[in-house]
Amino acid sequence: MSHYIAKRLLGMLFVIFVIIIFSFLFVHLLPGDPAQIYAGGDATLADIANVRHRLGLDQSLLSQFYLFVSNLFQGHLGVSYASGESVVDILKPRLMVTATLGGMSLWFIPMGIFFGFVAAVFKGRLPDRLSMVLAVGGISIPDFWLGLVLMQIFAVHLGWFNPTGYESLSDLVLPSITLGMMGTAIVARFTRSAFLDVLSENYIQTAKAKGLSEFSVLIGHAFRNALLPIVTVIGLQIGFVLSGSIVIENIFSLPGLGALLIDSVNNRDFPIVQMLLMIFAFNFVFINFLVDILYMVINPQIRMK
Amino acid sequence: METTVSPIRLFLLRFKREKQAWVALIFLIVLILAACLAPWIAPFSPDQEDYNSALLAPSWAHWAGTDMSGRDIFSRILFGARISLSVAFLSVTVGAVLGSILGVVSGYFGGYLDSIIMRISDILFAFPSFLLAIAIVAVLGGGIINVIIAIAIFSTPMFARLVRSQTLSVLNQPYVKAAQTMGASHMRIMFKHLIPAASGSILVYFTMRLGTSILTAASLSFLGLGAKPPSPEWGRMLADGRDLMLVPGYMYLTLYPGICIFLTALSCNVLGDGVRSALDPKS
Repeated sequence: MSHYIAKRLLGMLFVIFVIIIFSFLFVHLLPGDPAQIYAGGDATLADIANVRHRLGLDQSLLSQFYLFVSNLFQGHLGVSYASGESVVDILKPRLMVTATLGGMSLWFIPMGIFFGFVAAVFKGRLPDRLSMVLAVGGISIPDFWLGLVLMQIFAVHLGWFNPTGYESLSDLVLPSITLGMMGTAIVARFTRSAFLDVLSENYIQTAKAKGLSEFSVLIGHAFRNALLPIVTVIGLQIGFVLSGSIVIENIFSLPGLGALLIDSVNNRDFPIVQMLLMIFAFNFVFINFLVDILYMVINPQIRMK
Repeated sequence: METTVSPIRLFLLRFKREKQAWVALIFLIVLILAACLAPWIAPFSPDQEDYNSALLAPSWAHWAGTDMSGRDIFSRILFGARISLSVAFLSVTVGAVLGSILGVVSGYFGGYLDSIIMRISDILFAFPSFLLAIAIVAVLGGGIINVIIAIAIFSTPMFARLVRSQTLSVLNQPYVKAAQTMGASHMRIMFKHLIPAASGSILVYFTMRLGTSILTAASLSFLGLGAKPPSPEWGRMLADGRDLMLVPGYMYLTLYPGICIFLTALSCNVLGDGVRSALDPKS
């Protein structure tokens, strides 16, 4: 088992290294001279030369990369070229908003399992059909449109919530409902098929044959085993919450990281874009790593080795 | 008992029973026809501004109302279908073709080539696809062509993995061995035997990716990173209607383009589900 963790950890470190390289190259991949991009549109040639020297852009690519990585580890994430503030100061307050929104959107996990479970138990009957119609709808609905519709109904017409902005937790209710919809649908579909797979196994027939109640067969025998493949899907969906927040924060004007990413791309504020892409990718990779470890911990077949 | 029926025939027989998939297929065909015939069937020009008839609610003259510049929303939706459908179709096709070639090469030759192709696809998988699309668009700049490139890039590794695993599962089948023994070239084996063996899975995936691709392209345009105004791309229309979303009574501005995105993506997903269960009755 520790061999497996070590292998997975190495794999993650490799991917993190690649992400750092990509983020470093990001500014160089942009069309145009990075020094000019940093210096701004109305900079003089002297300004550009100055910036080039200050950022070390006149050095070799390798030593620039060394500088980039060592700055990263010391927590120097660069300076926004739009406002001149340090990127760390800009990101800090926004991180909390996005994390809270992400946390609140995790309602999709129990909801998805519930719908998938009900669908599997009532296979082919009305509850199954309803759940699966909802699930395929949830996968196909554009989240930005769902957000706009919910906002217009519950905030503009009924006045239950503030339509935009973030002052209290209640402002995150509609955004988190929107953000969790896709996850609910995907988890429900996977839960259903995982349960159907398990319910056709011989040991379930045995349990039924020896006279156990329907309930104890479902909860005691089927639930645990069906949960195994679902964990991976749930983990992947948690990873997607952060990238989903990009659109949702934008619609509801929430001052989080996702809204910042779009603003920065539109303002061509590349130091911020660079750091955000890196943070988002790190988060995704790290969650996937945790899920793999969790999967292994709850799966006796791997644990025993 | 079914040994005498060809696989394609069998698939069509099973597919006949997928009623929901038929509804989805018919919807998509009607939409494609409407998109092709847009210049002839649209009641108004999609770009014609008329400030005397701005912001009219849906009526007999303007089925879906008019927007802030007085453009007919229904006509814009018809023309927008051309953009949304071709973006989805082009991007997924490029991804599917590139991915299938990489996947079959990877699975057939194995070794270093396989390792390299699979490591690169692992790395691309390490990023959420939407984030990758934003990063690509941030580097290349906005616009429809760059959206197509972005979606094609993150679709490629998905098809590569799919075709690779299908290739590995049939590589040791007698008919592949027989072709090799008879001296068939690598190209012939890959394109006559291995890719056709994966074609069912490719078809299912292709249909489902169309849905995702329509959603992604619309999201990017909605965020201002895709189609530029005055394009009638559906996501772009939603973004235009957003300015009035806090004013009661203007919901129709965003309602109809949104429903179109939803129904199109839904049809692709339902059709994909139907094709899958016709190919593999167990699922």
